[in-house]
Amino acid sequence: MNILAYIIQKEFIQIIRNKAILPMMTVLPIVQLIVLSNAASNEVKNVNVVVVDMDQSESSRTLNHKIIANDRITLVATSFNTNEAYFYLQENTSDIVIEIPPNFENDYINGKQPKIQLLVNATNGQQAIVGSGYLKAIVASFNAKLIQKVIPDISISKQSNTTISSRYWYNPELKYTHFMAPGILAQLTALLTIILSAMNVVREREVGTIEQINVTPLKKWQFILGKLIPFLCIGLVLFTVGIIASKLIFNIPILGNLLLLFGYTTLNIIAVLGLGLLISNFADTQQQAIFIAFFFIIIFVLMSGLFTPIDSMPKWAQQLTIGNPLAHFISVSRKVLMKGSGFWNIRFEFLYTFILAFIFNGLAVWSYKKQV
Amino acid sequence: MNTPFAIEVDKLTKRFGDFIAVNAITFKVKKGEIFGFLGANGAGKTTAIKMLIGLSKPTEGMGKIAGFNVDTEPEKIKKNIGYMSQKFSLYDDLTVVENIQFYGGIYGLSRKKIKEKTTEILEELELTEVSKSLVISLPLGWKQRLAFAISMVHDPEIVFLDEPTGGVDPRVRRQFWETIYQVAEKGRTVFVTTHYMDEAEYCDRVSIMVAGKIEALDTPHNLKQQFEATSMDEVFLKLAR
Ligand SMILES: Nc1ncnc2c1ncn2[C@@H]1O[C@H](COP(=O)(O)OP(=O)(O)OP(=O)(O)O)[C@@H](O)[C@H]1O
Ligand SMILES: [Mg+2]
Repeated sequence: MNILAYIIQKEFIQIIRNKAILPMMTVLPIVQLIVLSNAASNEVKNVNVVVVDMDQSESSRTLNHKIIANDRITLVATSFNTNEAYFYLQENTSDIVIEIPPNFENDYINGKQPKIQLLVNATNGQQAIVGSGYLKAIVASFNAKLIQKVIPDISISKQSNTTISSRYWYNPELKYTHFMAPGILAQLTALLTIILSAMNVVREREVGTIEQINVTPLKKWQFILGKLIPFLCIGLVLFTVGIIASKLIFNIPILGNLLLLFGYTTLNIIAVLGLGLLISNFADTQQQAIFIAFFFIIIFVLMSGLFTPIDSMPKWAQQLTIGNPLAHFISVSRKVLMKGSGFWNIRFEFLYTFILAFIFNGLAVWSYKKQV
Repeated sequence: MNTPFAIEVDKLTKRFGDFIAVNAITFKVKKGEIFGFLGANGAGKTTAIKMLIGLSKPTEGMGKIAGFNVDTEPEKIKKNIGYMSQKFSLYDDLTVVENIQFYGGIYGLSRKKIKEKTTEILEELELTEVSKSLVISLPLGWKQRLAFAISMVHDPEIVFLDEPTGGVDPRVRRQFWETIYQVAEKGRTVFVTTHYMDEAEYCDRVSIMVAGKIEALDTPHNLKQQFEATSMDEVFLKLAR
């Protein structure tokens, strides 16, 4: 066995004996997936609507039923009077009023393109955009022309509807968890491996065992690699557990090649581990290591595109995300899982992550001092 | 290596900012010698040792260990020395055997050699029964003796022991010194720091460090004569004053 194998063996024994690491690899990703994918989403679960059916025909009732049948839409009231329906909007008990005009059926049959009016309460922008999106999708099946009118005195912001269509392009069922789970998985893997690796080395420094290692002829790269490989395995196990959990719990789509995703994940974990090890070289105590790690993690998470799309950030911030391994990780896992992207579509993520892995690990080896 | 000296130190100095932790110490240690490195708390013993073993860069001065320069060839020195740190340095969450294997492994010993060493250490320290116990469960005295044995797993020429007997009971201390004698008999050099003045009597020569400087250096016998004292304790008290 060569020297490296002895270090790796020792790390694995310690990892297996550590009572905290196994639950961290299994329970933590599952809990976080469930909590965050549901709670942290800005998915619109329920839209309250009032239907004003002035036609009372076969067709209008079919449309009505179609609307009610959607499990994200709750019918608050039906009314024959538009003014009465406005009242619900004003009271905030309804998000949208759907007005089916008289002669809807007749016009429809005669090819006159009847106009259905959506009156949207835009005080809650998200609710308004997504809710009208749902309704548009339903009404679209009627092939009818739709006029959407936002009531001026209630509306505070009128946002463009084009954003919804692009965001849900690869998520036609509008399952927000499908969108969140891959990102959260990537974020959790990166976060945990950074912290575990940084803490591990600093702990050796605190306990004093690192001094004992530093008086041996062990090479710096052997030490770093000996730490990197075991934590890479932890990261991959965690990611695997997460993928399986997401499939079982949320039935997330897995459209792309899993081998490609795991290949990229390996590269990404190597990059973030390099950062973790780099941090550990500058921290004397575990507390310091945690603080420095969190500084990076918070920036990485907020600028990762997990909660706010990178496209809607200012230009300079968008450029900064090139240095954010988490942004690439989230982008790749979404692309591969949801869009089924191949290598060519994620070549830039591969390239940037490779560069980051090289820089972080290079710096980690370079700044590791056997001598003070 | 054709000098008769295992350690040669000339005006070795370490500063931390304005503070001089080790102030131009000069001495030589012969091969096979047991050299006692005494000094009160904070005298600079640990700092001096760390410079000698390549953990800390000297600010000034020159040091040679096993013929290699401490400033420029620390990695070459490391193959020839063992070090038992003042801080406990075994892995608490590994078993006795796993600790021996790990350190043997990173010193690059062959698998066969590690096996031999493991049996040897377990038998010598009478640890065979607890060989599969975690180190954390052992009494301090056993841990210290194990740490000593492990610091010598690669059969170094020189071994540095930084307060190896700190906090252990007199019986274990005696065992410890028996081991030190065995090591020295095999021609190895032992460089040991201690707080216990009775232990100083067991050394071939001792140096006494006060506030970063070596104030006295000779055999215990000569030092007692020089300071007109009956014990090393008295010598130490007279110097410290
Ligand atoms: N990294 C450091 N930075 C600043 N001062 C230090 C550093 N390391 C040691 N010192 C100081 O240098 C002096 C000598 O410390 P050292 O640990 O060498 O003493 P010692 O003789 O080993 O003491 P002890 O018997 O307590 O182990 C102390 O005053 C200590 O505070
Ligand atoms: Mg000390």
